[in-house]
Amino acid sequence: MNLDLKASEIRQDIIKMLLEAGSGHSAGSLGMADVFTALYFGGVLNYDPKDPWKADRDRVILSNGHICPVWYATLAHAGFFSHDKLLTLRKLGSGLQGHPHYRELPGVENTGGPLGQGLSQSIGQALAARIDGRDWRVYAMMSDGELDEGQTWEAIMFAGKNNLHNLTAIIDRNNIQIDGFTEEVMPLEPLVDKFTAFNWSVIEINGHNISEITAAIEKAKTIFENPTVIIAHTIPGKGVDFMQWKPEWHGKPPKADEAKKALHQLRTLGGKIQSEHQ
Amino acid sequence: MSYKNMTKLNPKLFDKDVEQVPTRNGYGEGLVELGARSQEIVVLTGDLKESTRVEEFAKKYPARFIECGVAEQNMMGIAAGLAAAGKIPFVSSYAVFSPGRNWDQLRVSVCYSNLNVKVAGAHTGVSVGPDGATHQALEDIAITRVLPNMTVVVPCDAIQARQATQAIAGMPGPCYLRLTREATPIINQSSNFKFQIGEANVLENYGQDAAILACGPLLYQSLIAAHELNDQGIKVTVVNNHTIKPMDTATIMRIARDCGAVVTVEEHQVMGGMGSAVAEILAKNYPVPMEMIGMQDCFGESGQPEELLEKYGMSVVKIKEAVKKAISRKAVR
Repeated sequence: MNLDLKASEIRQDIIKMLLEAGSGHSAGSLGMADVFTALYFGGVLNYDPKDPWKADRDRVILSNGHICPVWYATLAHAGFFSHDKLLTLRKLGSGLQGHPHYRELPGVENTGGPLGQGLSQSIGQALAARIDGRDWRVYAMMSDGELDEGQTWEAIMFAGKNNLHNLTAIIDRNNIQIDGFTEEVMPLEPLVDKFTAFNWSVIEINGHNISEITAAIEKAKTIFENPTVIIAHTIPGKGVDFMQWKPEWHGKPPKADEAKKALHQLRTLGGKIQSEHQ
Repeated sequence: MSYKNMTKLNPKLFDKDVEQVPTRNGYGEGLVELGARSQEIVVLTGDLKESTRVEEFAKKYPARFIECGVAEQNMMGIAAGLAAAGKIPFVSSYAVFSPGRNWDQLRVSVCYSNLNVKVAGAHTGVSVGPDGATHQALEDIAITRVLPNMTVVVPCDAIQARQATQAIAGMPGPCYLRLTREATPIINQSSNFKFQIGEANVLENYGQDAAILACGPLLYQSLIAAHELNDQGIKVTVVNNHTIKPMDTATIMRIARDCGAVVTVEEHQVMGGMGSAVAEILAKNYPVPMEMIGMQDCFGESGQPEELLEKYGMSVVKIKEAVKKAISRKAVR
């Protein structure tokens, strides 16, 4: 399987979902498509879409729940539920809530949205595995902007103290948040030093390089001293040139003409390949 | 008039040397018993191991005890994760911090997900005393009972606290257990005691002039008030209304029909507390004159518990006055 193409398919679904929903978060969802693709299709995660709650599965927790279109699309591609459901995002009666709701859909392990809660939830899961002597792992998907929340630092401190090496946090380091660039709204740097000071192992990667992402996740499994954070440098709106690096695309969906343009760019991987629709 | 769910009182209740134990002690004892019975019980605290009475559990079951430091938001989130993985976490702190400071985590991570998290809030009411208003939780019933999926229990004494601890462990879903700091009388006679979530207990039944519905240790003051009113020829029924949610609607409606006037007694803001919940039931089903003893929309202050109960209108005298007022309103209906 060509994972770059898989990520592109997931991005196309994100655009279609957001267009149909008429609201939602474009930039972060597109920016994390490669990381989610690597996680679910890179052979690093223990899961079974036919038995989504099997006891020994690895847990994926999405803390910054607003990027759930990328999670939903990835789960559908991985076979957790029907692909047709994706276009029900944010509609009345749909399991695809605007922000994820615990077990509302197969594979959705947590409620997330109000920022800063997911790492604590992940720690609880990791502690449960430790208490029971199980070897499943927990992946906490987080944003950089949510590191403004005090709760995340409570959690970072706790995980460091308790050497929770079965916990891997993956931070979407896209440098934007709603009001602008993170370093202007509330500076996070030096981020690596901060995590190191809290007794975490830190791996920095290009969040759009699938093999780098899977290698980092595998590396984290070999670290037994402490929890690992993978700081994934990403481009918000990745794959759609007029959305990239634009904070205004944080919380809005494309209009019809914008979606058409975006889908064309994604189908051709930015002009690198010819679309069958051309 | 007899009620099916009547319980017998501690025969020494009105003696000077009545046994007094804080409800938080009952919580600690209940946890130790639960810990022996179930491997799934885990206990978390935020730097309040001793005063929330979870120290004994920590000693006996160190692998299932989680010290979170002074970080209640993280603690509630961790509890959500533990519950999602099949554990039964008990989150132990002062109520002003938990569910006070971490209410958003309780709402989003726990209640919306309907996870099996138990929250024990100690140091509630003005009777926390000298620590003052910052540490006297007076809003915790309101902020927990408003959350969907939540069960809210306010035990009246240490024996009931122990049994309530075990009862909430045995029912799925989020629960809030309201505890207190001060030693207060053992109200229930232990041998005959039967605690059932959602079942109000008729404790004293002098007659049907009015009913007092109380929760928490102020049940003691309510019983004294009923006793003294009886000497004046005013016959009241006293109910231990320990489960705030789901409230025992059937018993409350029957009591309201039988007595025709109701006084609620709680060490909590009257806005949004147990009395409000009773008013919601009666207003909809069977309105009767009602008076509410509790904090009247103000903060407490430092002082001795009995001084504070006196100053803020939750003394025996005030309960008796409220009963008479409710009865007088019944007469002019």
